Amino acid sequence: MTEAQAQALIRAVEQADSAPRLVAAVKDLASAEVAAGISTLIAVLGYNNPTAAAAAVQGLIQIGSLAVQPLIAQLDDYNYGARAYAIRALAAIADPRALDILLASAATDFAPSVRRAAAKGLGALRWSELATNERSTVQTKALETLELIIKDADWSIRYAAVVGLQGLATTSELQIQDKFAQILATEKDAAVRSRVQLAQSQLFRTTSD
Amino acid sequence: MQSNWSQDSAAETQGLTVEQAIANLQSPDLSLRYYAAWWLGKFRVNTPAAVEALIVALEDEADRTELGGYPLRRNAARALGKLGDTQAVPGLIRCLACDDYYVREAAAQSLGMLDAPTAIPALMELLTGGVEAAVAIPGRPHLTQPYDSVIEALGALQAKQAISLIQPFLEHPQAKVQYAATRAMYQLTQQDSYGQRLMQALEGNDLQLRRTALSDLGAIGYLPAREAIARCAVENSFKLLALKGLLEHQVKLHETLTQDAIQVMNLMDSLL
Repeated sequence: MTEAQAQALIRAVEQADSAPRLVAAVKDLASAEVAAGISTLIAVLGYNNPTAAAAAVQGLIQIGSLAVQPLIAQLDDYNYGARAYAIRALAAIADPRALDILLASAATDFAPSVRRAAAKGLGALRWSELATNERSTVQTKALETLELIIKDADWSIRYAAVVGLQGLATTSELQIQDKFAQILATEKDAAVRSRVQLAQSQLFRTTSD
Repeated sequence: MQSNWSQDSAAETQGLTVEQAIANLQSPDLSLRYYAAWWLGKFRVNTPAAVEALIVALEDEADRTELGGYPLRRNAARALGKLGDTQAVPGLIRCLACDDYYVREAAAQSLGMLDAPTAIPALMELLTGGVEAAVAIPGRPHLTQPYDSVIEALGALQAKQAISLIQPFLEHPQAKVQYAATRAMYQLTQQDSYGQRLMQALEGNDLQLRRTALSDLGAIGYLPAREAIARCAVENSFKLLALKGLLEHQVKLHETLTQDAIQVMNLMDSLL
């Protein structure tokens, strides 16, 4: 794609004058996967149009690591809807440079949608891209944050923490199977308990074959 | 259910202690009474003293609105539903006859939550006159009775004797009353057509009604709706809550994790 073609796609998003046109323009720009469109796709996360935002998130995920720094730099402190989409994109791209923002979002954001996305993301980062001597320190940080929020009053945060912990047990060198038994000993919510049992069954299966 | 109150919740109760909240239910400052009743429900303080004080508050005469409403009674009735103590049932049944619409509404919802079959006759009483009587009160934003809450409670309480009373409300002009009737009819008859009808409501144009249909599908644990719930144009928090209802229904029916339960969890994971 030429520079001019990319600029035309960006203009189409900026100038869309109806919701259907916006969605169509965002889909076009997203599927072009051009670095020049990153900033526009991030702006779309704040337009309060869930369909357009979902398409923008997909586009950012496909662009991948190039989108990580802009996503972090343009994170919207005043719009939690936009923030949740951005954190979902960072979680799916799984670049470990997002670690600090995921840790902070999971632990201290006021919006449950942001915290859930961050908790899930903390388990799925590509740790192998980090230097060997750094790896276990940051994995331990991720674990500490997930252990903190597994005590949250909101069931959906605890559910997301279990998903994050299962991810961490799979992607990291940490031995955390005991944690699941500890959670089951105190967890009262049937849905969260079920998710712990699913994590246990899938983790045991992976280790036994 | 009985002992939700724990030190974990104490950590975030900011400002009030349990003793203060209970004492505040008798405070000369009516706004403190009102807040205390809300607070005890919010933090699930189900100690015997809290439950007793809230039951007393159901008879409060001091806190009145200009239109003759009873704000403290409303909050006390709402709180008692969350505390899971069936001692509240007789007082809540008396609230179904209160002049204040919102007290009746809160009481109906709480009686449904408390699994109180003794409330069935009094709840059925509120459906007297059928759909013809279920009209808007001039100048008020509500109908003559809290029909949706009453019908939902009867469904939750498995009031099969109320089926013929509830069925006509499937045709009530208000969508939220129709949905309540549909949900209750599914619970009382287990007929798939009612679940399908709620599932189709997820495609409607009105966001509020899509949210209502989601919560109804969660309440009845209607498994065939799982994909439609995950796709629905509503915030993820509402979808997660509905899928949680489906999952809990599966867990109740089966001791172990079924493939169905796992599929529901996979959908929930994708919404995080």
